[in-house]
Amino acid sequence: MNLLALPILTLLTVLPLVGAAIAIFSGRHARVVALFTTLACVLLSLVIWTCLPADGSIGLVERAAWAPSLGIEYHLGVDGLGGLMLVLSAIVTLMAVDAAQHRVHHMPGLFFGLVLTLEAGLFGSFTALNFFHWFLFWELSLIPAFFLIKLWGGPKRGSAATQFFIYTMAGSVALLLSFLAIFLSTSSKDAPGTMDFIQLAAMAANGSLAQMVTAHLGPVMPWLAIGVLAGFAVKVPLMPFHTWLPAAYAEAPSPVTMLLTGAMSKMGVYGLLRIALPIFGPQIAAMRTPLLFLAAATVVMGAWAAAAQTDLKRVLAYSSINHLGYCLLGIFALAVPASGAAASTSIGASQAAALNGVILQMFNHGITAAALFWFVSMMQSRSGGLRGINDFGGLRKPAPIFAGLMGIALFSSLGLPGLNGFVGEFLIFRGVFSLSWISATVSVLGLLVTAVVILTVIQKVFSGPVAERWAAFPDLHHGERMALAPVIGLMFLLGLVPQLIVNTINPTVLNLLAHWRF
Amino acid sequence: MTWTITISFAGALLAALLPKDKPVLARWFALAVAVAGLALAVAGYAAGFGQGRQVFVDALWVPSMGIHFLLAADGISRVLVLLTGIASVSGILFSWNVDLRTNQFFAFYLALIGGVYGVFLSGDLFLLFVFYEIAIVPKYFLIAIWGSTRREYGAMKLALYSFVGSAMVLIGLLAAYVTAGAHSTTLAALASAGLPVSFQMWCFPLVFVGFGILAGMWPFHTWAPTGHVAAPTAASMLLAGVVMKLGAYGCLRVGIGLFPHGLDPWGVSFLGIGSWRDVFAWLAVIGIVYGALVALAQTDFKFVIGYSSVSHMGFVLLGLMTLNQIGVDGAVLQMFSHGIIAGLLFAIVGRVVYDRTHTRQFAELEPMHLSRRLPFAAWTFVFAGIASMGLPGFSGFVAELQILVGAWRANPIWTVVSGVGIVVGVAYTWRALQKAFFSDKLPTAHELEAEQHHKLPPITWPEYAGVALLGACTLIVGLYPSILLDQIEPAVKTLLAGGAQ
Repeated sequence: MNLLALPILTLLTVLPLVGAAIAIFSGRHARVVALFTTLACVLLSLVIWTCLPADGSIGLVERAAWAPSLGIEYHLGVDGLGGLMLVLSAIVTLMAVDAAQHRVHHMPGLFFGLVLTLEAGLFGSFTALNFFHWFLFWELSLIPAFFLIKLWGGPKRGSAATQFFIYTMAGSVALLLSFLAIFLSTSSKDAPGTMDFIQLAAMAANGSLAQMVTAHLGPVMPWLAIGVLAGFAVKVPLMPFHTWLPAAYAEAPSPVTMLLTGAMSKMGVYGLLRIALPIFGPQIAAMRTPLLFLAAATVVMGAWAAAAQTDLKRVLAYSSINHLGYCLLGIFALAVPASGAAASTSIGASQAAALNGVILQMFNHGITAAALFWFVSMMQSRSGGLRGINDFGGLRKPAPIFAGLMGIALFSSLGLPGLNGFVGEFLIFRGVFSLSWISATVSVLGLLVTAVVILTVIQKVFSGPVAERWAAFPDLHHGERMALAPVIGLMFLLGLVPQLIVNTINPTVLNLLAHWRF
Repeated sequence: MTWTITISFAGALLAALLPKDKPVLARWFALAVAVAGLALAVAGYAAGFGQGRQVFVDALWVPSMGIHFLLAADGISRVLVLLTGIASVSGILFSWNVDLRTNQFFAFYLALIGGVYGVFLSGDLFLLFVFYEIAIVPKYFLIAIWGSTRREYGAMKLALYSFVGSAMVLIGLLAAYVTAGAHSTTLAALASAGLPVSFQMWCFPLVFVGFGILAGMWPFHTWAPTGHVAAPTAASMLLAGVVMKLGAYGCLRVGIGLFPHGLDPWGVSFLGIGSWRDVFAWLAVIGIVYGALVALAQTDFKFVIGYSSVSHMGFVLLGLMTLNQIGVDGAVLQMFSHGIIAGLLFAIVGRVVYDRTHTRQFAELEPMHLSRRLPFAAWTFVFAGIASMGLPGFSGFVAELQILVGAWRANPIWTVVSGVGIVVGVAYTWRALQKAFFSDKLPTAHELEAEQHHKLPPITWPEYAGVALLGACTLIVGLYPSILLDQIEPAVKTLLAGGAQ
């Protein structure tokens, strides 16, 4: 098929950059440019999704020489995991641009230009298979995010942006140092080292990578693994690296928060799956217990902290920490040390279930969390900026459709069966219970607290007596309903027919698990 | 390629003869000369792919001493000539608003450029030294006449440091000539003369420090920040962009090229330092960290950039001292990269911001909310700052990565300590960015009103053109480093192999 001959992944990455360049100079029409660009990206990402190889291996590969003496190669490719993340990023960015309707009066050209640059960073990092290339886009997404918070954020945006920048930058430096060490260790007098993820994963699987590193630098392999984990742990985030997040999510304008939680946090989870586990499998398996402890803490403490908040954005921020904690739980649980148990079929099945769940959860959380922040931004624009859960009450009477749709999104976040949030969490728990029942049991507490948090929000905001000043709370108008309908529809669709995604990612999951060595 | 020298000097001469009261004519004339130089440099560079060392002119100049008028270029020279071409064009674009004795300004400017081209293309040690001296004189006048803050002091300090360095180089040069007894001053003849190891041992540090002074080597760097700050924008761009490279180039071509055994171990070691190589590498590492830390503490915007130059040039010297292929490759690439990025930073600070706000103090810039009033300056600085921090996608990343890799192979501690310098580099750049452009304080009504009355002049086309030129260069090299590395690598290989003989 000649479609496959096109450098479609490059095309997808370049498209938002072109859009950004146009948007910057189109002033108040920037949003239209951004809408068309992101819409085109969604379509293109869906095309990519249908072109993925059926056996779950990495397809649509593009390779070209770049800077061979530094081990830098232009190497792109996606499997089910990368493809799903492309679709997610494209959808979330489209939602964010949609949500930015009324909020950007100040320098709209720049705003949408930065959003589109951020999207290019996402696409690039989800398709790159060489460290240099990947790192370029990883950083490329950081800079626009910083300025989006810094210039369009809430009252404390300055410190929130700086904190976000410093944390992520520190994580990036740790990542860079680890890969520098790997590059040095794999290089010899005659040949430069490698930074290719696939090649490094193959070397890790047959044990030669650890030998090389040890021969070259001494027993530092665990430290390199910690460096890489730290970089991703900040981004996801894993406790105790999460402290930048609530401030950044709360201060960022809502469309940007949608991008941060919906797509950028997935860069961390994706990095764990594409980079950390394949290359540092045995080291992560050796640290499995403390990591599981941290993941369970992330789940429980995230939920608990969410319960203590009154600002809706902070509630959702902590709840995001909690939801991504399930992903971390699943990832660390499936890193079962090979020596502990011979890879029996039951372990294999549990690992597959957990990994399927993790990938589904990444997608579902992205959609649901982005939708929730969208609803909050609508509440803010209707109430003159209020977003405390105690500021509202009885909204379901004046605004039944708003309350109904946001309720659906909240229930999806809670994990109600029939909606998308349920499937991922169910599969994660199904896998984790047989791999590490203690952490699974502890984490169930997180599920309970989350349920309490979300029901509290529903009760305080939508039920109860209608406060007088909200008696005329405007309901969703036609345009908003049209914009939200596909998102809510997607929640039902994936809740009822998860096979739409699972059929494509399950081969990838099996393929990944077959190649990982712990 | 040799025509770059000729047209620059001829241009300088003609510019001096142009009428004083027609600044527009002088500007366009200088720009035309610089663009012609750049075109020649680009053509020469493009023709140099796959070529080794090219000899353009070889004539006996002073037969009694065996001094040749020898102009030649290998990959390293070609890269630096290209840099000089780019820097000279952008420097003129950013000095479009010089109204005082415009024709003389550009005459000195072009003379300086001609000298720089000459140094990079000289294949004869004596000729190289002559061009090197030619470059110093116009620099003094550019700062002393057209400079700003404490310009006489800055100019004199710069000139004195330069002359001390030159004197050291000259002694080394004469000693090498006498010792070699080869009756030729070409670099090739001196390198193959088999200078005794004991001679190289004392002559190498002399020459290396002599050139190193101009490269901003710690602790002989103090001329650099004051000189940069005092100089007019175009001169700071050239100082950081190419003049500091003259020093680094001399260190590489003359220091390492002629006296490779000067780097051999002494046989004794004290605190882990057992050779001149260790000494200079540590000085470079200290320069990296010290420059970055001092930049973090500055209150004057231009001093931040001045000290950042010291830090970035430390990387060049460290790369040279790795003495391995990748490290020296990185050093040459860093010379190019820093020339471009520092030029861009100085242009923003000196021309785009200072010429409009008439202050460089952060305390006064902060309440001006320049991100709103000069968005172009703010976002260009973001771009240049990111490049300067060494984020991937920009030339600085590739260069510093190579230097760090090379340094790791030589001595891992150097890499670790300079890594600290990079982190501090992120901090000072970000601090300057926030203070100068993105203040969090909202403007008061009074300030808004004052802004209405006092609008800043709009950005002019030469500024756009200059930013586009420099920005494109750092991005192209960052995304496709092979464009330079393909020429640098074989040249460095030959140079290091020659040194190993």
